[in-house]
Amino acid sequence: MSVTDEELAEQREAGNRLGAPSRLRVVAGRFFGSFQGRAGFALLALMFLLAFAGPFLGRWSYTDRDFTAFLAPPSADHWWGTLQTGADVYAVTLRGMRRSLVVGLLAAVVGTTLAAVVGAFAGYFAGWTDRALTWATDLLLVLPAFLILAVMSPLFASGQWPLFVLVLALFLWMVTSKIVRGVTISLREREFVHAARFMGVRPTTIIFRHILPNMSSLLVVDATLNVSAAILTETSLSYFGFGIQPPDVSLGSLIADGTRTALYAPWTFWFCAGLLVVTVLAVNMVGDSLRDAFDPASGRGRR
Amino acid sequence: MKGYGGLRAESAGRPGTGRAARDDPAEPPGPVLEVTDLHVTFGAGAGAVRAVRGVSYAVRPGEVLGVVGESGSGKSVTSLAVMGLLPPHARVTGSVRLHGREILGADEKTLSAVRGGTISMVFQDPLSALTPVYRVGDQIAEAVRIHRRVSRRDAARRAVELLDLVGIPDAARRARAFPHEFSGGMRQRVMIAMAIANDPDVLLCDEPTTALDVTVQAQVLEVLRRARRETGAAIVLITHDLGVVAGFADRVMVMYAGRPVEAGTVDDVYLRPRMPYTAGLLAAVPRLDAAERPVPIEGAPPSPAALPPGCPFEPRCPLAVPACSAAEPALEPVGSPGHLAACIRAEEIEAAGGAPLAVRPPGALPAETGAEVAAGVLPASGVPPVAAGVPEEPGGRAAPPPRRDREVVLAVDGLVRHYPLTKGTLLRRRIGTVQAVDGVSFDVRERETLALVGESGCGKTTTLMEILRLARPQRGTVTVLGRDTAALGARDRMAIRRDLQVVFQDPMASLDPRMTVYDIVAEPLRTHGVRRPGPRVRELLRLVGLEPGHAARHPQDFSGGQRQRVGIARALALEPRLVVLDEPVSALDVSIRAGVLDLLADLKARLGLSYLFVAHDLAVVRHLADRVAVMYLGVIAEIGRVERVYAAPLHPYTRALLSAVPVPDPGAERSRRHILLEGDLPSPADPPSGCRFRTRCPLFRMLNGAEQARCVGERPPLRMLDDDHAASCHFAERSGAI
Amino acid sequence: MAGFLFRRLLNYLALIAVATSLAYALAATALNPRANYEGRNPPIPPAVVDARLAELNLDDRTPLPERYLRWASGVVRGDFGRTVTGGSVNQDLGRRIGVTLRLITAGLLLGSVTGVLVGAYAAVRQYGPFDRLATGVSFAVLAVPTVVLANILIIAAVWFNYLVGAHVFLVSGEATPGMPGGFAAQAADRLRHLVLPTLSLSLGLAAVYSRYQRNMMLDVLGADFVRTAMAKGLRRRTALVRHALRTALIPAVTYFAFTFGALLVGTTFTEKIFGWHGMGEQLVNSISANDVNTVAAISCFAALAVLAAALASDLMQAVLDPRVRMGADR
Ligand code: SF4
Ligand code: SF4
Repeated sequence: MSVTDEELAEQREAGNRLGAPSRLRVVAGRFFGSFQGRAGFALLALMFLLAFAGPFLGRWSYTDRDFTAFLAPPSADHWWGTLQTGADVYAVTLRGMRRSLVVGLLAAVVGTTLAAVVGAFAGYFAGWTDRALTWATDLLLVLPAFLILAVMSPLFASGQWPLFVLVLALFLWMVTSKIVRGVTISLREREFVHAARFMGVRPTTIIFRHILPNMSSLLVVDATLNVSAAILTETSLSYFGFGIQPPDVSLGSLIADGTRTALYAPWTFWFCAGLLVVTVLAVNMVGDSLRDAFDPASGRGRR
Repeated sequence: MKGYGGLRAESAGRPGTGRAARDDPAEPPGPVLEVTDLHVTFGAGAGAVRAVRGVSYAVRPGEVLGVVGESGSGKSVTSLAVMGLLPPHARVTGSVRLHGREILGADEKTLSAVRGGTISMVFQDPLSALTPVYRVGDQIAEAVRIHRRVSRRDAARRAVELLDLVGIPDAARRARAFPHEFSGGMRQRVMIAMAIANDPDVLLCDEPTTALDVTVQAQVLEVLRRARRETGAAIVLITHDLGVVAGFADRVMVMYAGRPVEAGTVDDVYLRPRMPYTAGLLAAVPRLDAAERPVPIEGAPPSPAALPPGCPFEPRCPLAVPACSAAEPALEPVGSPGHLAACIRAEEIEAAGGAPLAVRPPGALPAETGAEVAAGVLPASGVPPVAAGVPEEPGGRAAPPPRRDREVVLAVDGLVRHYPLTKGTLLRRRIGTVQAVDGVSFDVRERETLALVGESGCGKTTTLMEILRLARPQRGTVTVLGRDTAALGARDRMAIRRDLQVVFQDPMASLDPRMTVYDIVAEPLRTHGVRRPGPRVRELLRLVGLEPGHAARHPQDFSGGQRQRVGIARALALEPRLVVLDEPVSALDVSIRAGVLDLLADLKARLGLSYLFVAHDLAVVRHLADRVAVMYLGVIAEIGRVERVYAAPLHPYTRALLSAVPVPDPGAERSRRHILLEGDLPSPADPPSGCRFRTRCPLFRMLNGAEQARCVGERPPLRMLDDDHAASCHFAERSGAI
Repeated sequence: MAGFLFRRLLNYLALIAVATSLAYALAATALNPRANYEGRNPPIPPAVVDARLAELNLDDRTPLPERYLRWASGVVRGDFGRTVTGGSVNQDLGRRIGVTLRLITAGLLLGSVTGVLVGAYAAVRQYGPFDRLATGVSFAVLAVPTVVLANILIIAAVWFNYLVGAHVFLVSGEATPGMPGGFAAQAADRLRHLVLPTLSLSLGLAAVYSRYQRNMMLDVLGADFVRTAMAKGLRRRTALVRHALRTALIPAVTYFAFTFGALLVGTTFTEKIFGWHGMGEQLVNSISANDVNTVAAISCFAALAVLAAALASDLMQAVLDPRVRMGADR
């Protein structure tokens, strides 16, 4: 065999693929190549812009009360109308959205990280580690999350929302963790993991260097979808008064107030409900497009 | 290329072979299936993939046409296109005539009436090709009932008949089993039974034996022969295995880059190839019956999305001349009637009268280039190139000292590995013990290659994993480089890992797809405390014949052969003394395989390595190993020097195994005697008493009662029968009788 | 085999016990039943409050372990204690359990069947108009939380009733109390109550299932065995229904266990908003009312329900999948 000749031939062949784009760029290309991805991303960006820059445009702050206008319909003065208390709907809604977005994002990141670590350790080490971790996972699956969160709600009194985020995350990770565990078990038998093991690489290093990176697509997609799950849970809790506590507001508490007046003052309900729906929709669209972008086989053009 | 209907029936008659069932040899019947100028394109525009570019062939009743090609040559797509089973986004043009009736582009009604009736297909992977949730009997009965108005009961009875026909024992009971309860070979029989359920006129077989072991492959080919006799169907056999075609087909068509490049009778194509690719392919196949080392074809097949303008083989062709890249050569007659080749120099080759590629191109011998690289590169690493204490002969080519004087690098003694066998997911229970490895002993000495061969389920991979674990085995001992693995501390184990490295089967699976080649090769170095692995990585890449400049790429950007080279570079990073090779070439295409084998042989000689080589392909083993151990059902059946074992096998199993490997030479393959083993591998959870091979042993059947009782009652020990040649059979001396 | 089943049930029992105990401990710490008696007019004497709380085993001055033991010994005998108003938790929840089960069953059946059918058909006609529509609608539905969806349904129903000038949809309760008329009238009345809550519960479920089933179906559409079925001579449609759908149902059944928890939460919201007097409504109420024992009992019920769903999904899987039934673990 001639190493040099084959090298030449292979180089020529490799020449066709030169500039092989990095994986990130491929994924980004596919993501933005789909309408759904573009639309989802644009909507989400818009929502963030609105939540964080929007309040500076309005004339009212979310703590202000306009005692000249109770439950007033949208006008030049109050763009989205006012509530029964005289609060400006535009200001409070954006404030609530900001809180919901932050809570959702943080809870999703914490939850997915937890899921990844617990699932990977359970799957990789098997035996007692696996049994203990799986049992804990099952326990949390069996505990009614909504009830626990609701019971603990007095602890989340004003200013304690980071605690709320943590507890929320604690109930978000179980299903993902089970999936991660399954994927880990199959990855553990893959040859490149064997190779690392037979090379003498330490187990924890293998988990963080070979196992978790190889399911990054799963984790990214899952984190995205967890954002919407967290936002929805937060909203529902707050709707019943068990989530974000007054005087802080979130979309959920606003919607709860709005439903009471929705029939005769639609603006108190539809603006916050609409923004919530659009936000979750955008997050879901991004998540779904990401999944397709990471794994083209899951979407179009399977052979 | 224009549709050259060259492979027509009239030019392809092979009178007097008597191998095809023909009613009247004087007047051959017309073709049953006629494919003309078939093109298949996936996608459109610049990214369009032209998977098939002008395929034409015809087959007559009872005739077998072999379609040979490497992966990506378009051979499977062709058959799916004929069946009309390609996904809708594939564009198919040309003509497919079945009994003279055009079926390409016919409506679904017409197509579903002929599919499974007049023309049927056997798929490659019988596990995924059978619906997992239905009983196999029902699946066959369904095929019957689609095309015939028969009662459910009659269809079921017919299904049992068919299962019986394809050689499934106890067919009535097995018809009620589900696909996952069958072994691979049995599943493929079920597929064949389903395909012949309605007496088809044409049987398309897409790699029907690729997923099977050789002895099972021989059985399945026998079933196909029987199916042809029973139905009189024409068979189109699609495969990458030149040996299978040589013994089974009447005519053969070689495909490359989506089109036929050579076609003709099996004898013409195999003995007088006129297209350099065919010749190269034949020379690249490791052969069981020849001592010559296989010769690789340089490079890799072109991507179907980016074909060169002229002859698609031009970048790899040793005979290429500038005119080759002008236009794609047409498939034209050459030499004897019916022999076609697509090469502008075919006439010249014909005139020169021979296959020009069967010799290594001068100046490209690995010994020379290899020595240069070794001399130029290895000292730069600042470490001795070979394990200390062994002086390197110039060029690494001189014969090593005799075996008994060399150090033992690996000794396995009485190794046992049993697994619990559980059943059920919902109600899990332990139902037995899988005796995966049950008392295996062998040793590997410095600078020697021991091959562990056997079919799936023989325990070779388990043995290897047990060695690599470097932990205390369930029973027996494993001694690596003089250290007993049962007594190793964490630090010692780490030290031994430096000297013991592994190359895996599937280079795609064994390289982390998220890492660059640089990081992959550097990982063992970093793990063992090398701070700046850069220079060593570059040196290693060059050593295995890769461009160091490509280190920043990911494994996906390389071809299969190159990826395996990365895997080899990684294994060599720490200058090991013993390298374990787990089927290192079985995932690679034939034309690339020989190159990797050459590299391995070359590295071994230059670096003084010892190899433990696990493989199922006996032909590959012959060309790389010094010694071979044949395993069967967790025990070693025979062990000894390769030349001896291959020339004069002592164990009946080795004999059967060797005879089952097809040879890519039609004459030899037809005249060889095949020992057909019966039945399946017994379950390793319930191995036969006494000799584990007795349920399938052909010699056992020739013994008298008392002798048979010995096989049943007494486990045959591994007996040394000759100098370094041992077999575990009570009657090994008489195995020549079978 | 029996041993394995036994171990599994034992494990379930342990999970339920630990989960319920945890819920009790949390509720007993975080909730404050004493607050129910504060700020009354006229004020209730502290001694009376103490006596009342002690009687109900809700006295926060008794150490938690002691209260737990008293509660647990009751639970072991099948008695979940008293509500804050002094009634029996068992009786109260016994009344409500039927309501919840009726709602869940209706929602689950409608949701899963619709979802599976829509998803399978969308996959077969991938990128066809139906697929696009189904995808769009399910995305929209998934983005609407149950609380919002329920309220939108109520608003729409009120508007619709106003439009047609009759009470077609009824938005509160399970049946009109004291409704006269025979069986037909009763049934019609119940149906008019049932429509909206069932919709609010099953829409989300159907959306989830349709997405999941679509993916599962797409996975098997390209499977080799579907190709084999067509190579046998089956039409594409028949091959898809007989071979692909049947196989793709298996993962959907597994998925059921995962969605069940979410279904319970959805039921809670639906009951509360539509005023059905079920367990879910009581859950929200009991937290507001600091009703520790009821909270613990409902957790126990929820844990039991989730595990029952897991077991049911395993059983269904065994029925559908011979590989699980025969269990050739390779
Ligand atoms: S046409 Fe030229 S390049 Fe192609 S096979 Fe013939 S000699 Fe080689
Ligand atoms: S011992 Fe008996 S059964 Fe075994 S291989 Fe020898 S002859 Fe055959």
